[in-house]
Amino acid sequence: MSVVRVLERLGLQVECPAGQTCCGQPAFNAGYLDEARALARHTIDVLSRSDAPIVVPSGSCADMVIHQYASLLRDDGVYARKAEAVAGRTYELTQFLVDVMGTADVGAACHGRLAYHACCHGLRGLNVRREPEALLDAVTHATICPLAESDVCCGFGGLFSVKLPDISAAMLDRKLDRIEESGADTVVVTDVSCALHIEGGLRRRGSTVRVRHIADVLAETGAAR
Amino acid sequence: MNVDERPFAQRTAEALADAHLRHTLRTVTTAILGYRRAGLGRLPASDGWRDHARRIRAHTLANLDRYLDQFAGAVEARGGHVHYAATAAEAVAYVRDLAIARGVRLAVKGKSMVTEEIDLNGHLERAGIRVVETDLGEYIVQLADDRPSHIVMPIMHMTRHQVADLFKRKIGATEEDVADIASMTQLARRVLREEFVNADMGISGCNFAVAETGSITTCTNEGNGRLTTTMPRIHVAMMGMERIVPTVADLGVMLQVLARSATGQNLTVYTNVVNGPRPREGDRAEGDGPDEFHVVIVDNGRSRVLASGQAEILYCIRCGACLNTCPVFHQIGGHAYGSVYPGPIGSVLTPAMHGMEKFDDLPQASTLCGACRDVCPVRIDIPRMLLELRAKGVAQGKSPLWVTAGIRAFVFAGVRPGLFRTAGALAARASRMLARGGWIRRLPGHLSAWTRSRDFPALAATSFQERWEDAKTAGVRDNRENPAR
Repeated sequence: MSVVRVLERLGLQVECPAGQTCCGQPAFNAGYLDEARALARHTIDVLSRSDAPIVVPSGSCADMVIHQYASLLRDDGVYARKAEAVAGRTYELTQFLVDVMGTADVGAACHGRLAYHACCHGLRGLNVRREPEALLDAVTHATICPLAESDVCCGFGGLFSVKLPDISAAMLDRKLDRIEESGADTVVVTDVSCALHIEGGLRRRGSTVRVRHIADVLAETGAAR
Repeated sequence: MNVDERPFAQRTAEALADAHLRHTLRTVTTAILGYRRAGLGRLPASDGWRDHARRIRAHTLANLDRYLDQFAGAVEARGGHVHYAATAAEAVAYVRDLAIARGVRLAVKGKSMVTEEIDLNGHLERAGIRVVETDLGEYIVQLADDRPSHIVMPIMHMTRHQVADLFKRKIGATEEDVADIASMTQLARRVLREEFVNADMGISGCNFAVAETGSITTCTNEGNGRLTTTMPRIHVAMMGMERIVPTVADLGVMLQVLARSATGQNLTVYTNVVNGPRPREGDRAEGDGPDEFHVVIVDNGRSRVLASGQAEILYCIRCGACLNTCPVFHQIGGHAYGSVYPGPIGSVLTPAMHGMEKFDDLPQASTLCGACRDVCPVRIDIPRMLLELRAKGVAQGKSPLWVTAGIRAFVFAGVRPGLFRTAGALAARASRMLARGGWIRRLPGHLSAWTRSRDFPALAATSFQERWEDAKTAGVRDNRENPAR
């Protein structure tokens, strides 16, 4: 709902097409291409019901729709074109705010010491780096804590974290060490999967550092203390 | 090929238990990545150079037959010999037979990945020919009866104390000899100089071969590589079939991006270009260089890769940048990859060259974070190829049953929104039953791997879609807070 709040605050009318499930990225990353195609077609159908810009609050899902659908459905006469059309109006949330709406200041205000973890798919798939930083810089009252190795993967990687759990845990440890060193009380992410991973690790450590999606931070406006 | 047959899980478990290894990996790779950034930063428009380098590689690989022919013609015109080896066995046999025919008892060898690939040392030694590695790192690996763990820094996994012990055990070093790194280097230098003087054959690798001139180029930061190619009377250069560039101008481009990507240097200190045997007649007579010059062009599965969907991996120029940047490599190091080429490049190259049978774990050893693609000097899309190999594994029935069942069930529901919603609600309820204080400390079944080291959150009682619809029917958009602006 935070995404909706932020977008509506900018005067936009938000629709949420019913029937959305999953973009298919987990199946795609695991090598299940037929299964990923089925979900891609379904998602394209759902998203094709309107021609408004599509805003995705997750870098990995956005990357899937923007970059992978086209190659996945290359040989599908009907869906190849549809995929292209959908990709052409899909934006990752922070890119939409900063690059399309042209504003880094969405009227957010919250107290806190924020560190930004650059989620891989957004960062390298979509080149999302500048936008979240600009948005966070504009949050009233917040202090930004630089995070060392902010662009190093946290080790989630979908099934990677379950198939090779020990390597994944070692990568997560490194990430959590950097987070704790940063002095932040909140880690801000742009992808739900990194949030799941990092927050699960912080909880297990008994850390008090919280993980928040950037939309939750941007939605907050009541910072009076 | 030289491979570690033990299961991937066992190799990674050993690496993860090695605190020193992981510390070294982290500090060294971080430093090297810094040098790389600085090195590329000194090259104006470095991204343009990388694009250009990629075009050269793409063009060369698309016309490989032609350039190999041109190269072979140029080598032979200068009095050298070229041998195509389709397999590792053919490559080894050529060098072994040549050595035996010429009465070679000692060969000195420069650093070369392709010779590791075909286990040249082992085969020559079994034929009674002693081989001495001359690159310091490789020399240490050889003394330790170990294998290189990094393409550029072969003994990244060892401590100086391990090396000191090794020198005392194997080459009679005194305490004084191993007092510090400089004295250890001096000792190795004294030992190796003797070998150079006595060697009948020098074996080198080949970073790049130049088609128009018939030259081979080796890039090292030690002078020993150059002694290997110039001192012995016979020189054998071993090159992977793909390691060719059309012209000297192209070589210039590749050398720039190679050195900067590998170590951050503008140019590797000893960038050595060999143009065949020492000319003997008249004005062209030269004082150094071998009497005989042989180039062995090794295929060993490369043709198969070239014809496959993974041809792009042959663009690789072995800079090692993808290893240095890979967060998985940072944790497990090179040996865990089980073959000569570690890290992201190895995870593609090894199964692509040698089949998925033994190496189907390697394409899984990545979070697909894309860091390798970002640093690659020739912009190889490694994550895409890992995905293709994973898909190949699935098509070959290599994927575990629980993964297949899970994905199929998920997708079955995913294209049926009503079912998806019901399943989601059930999963949410189950997750809340397992949770305490909103978090689960132990998930059931295969998912328990997750909760070995992290908590898992209970899923929300109501889905976003439900909340969205409630908000709509209530005519409220949950947007009533008073903005404190």
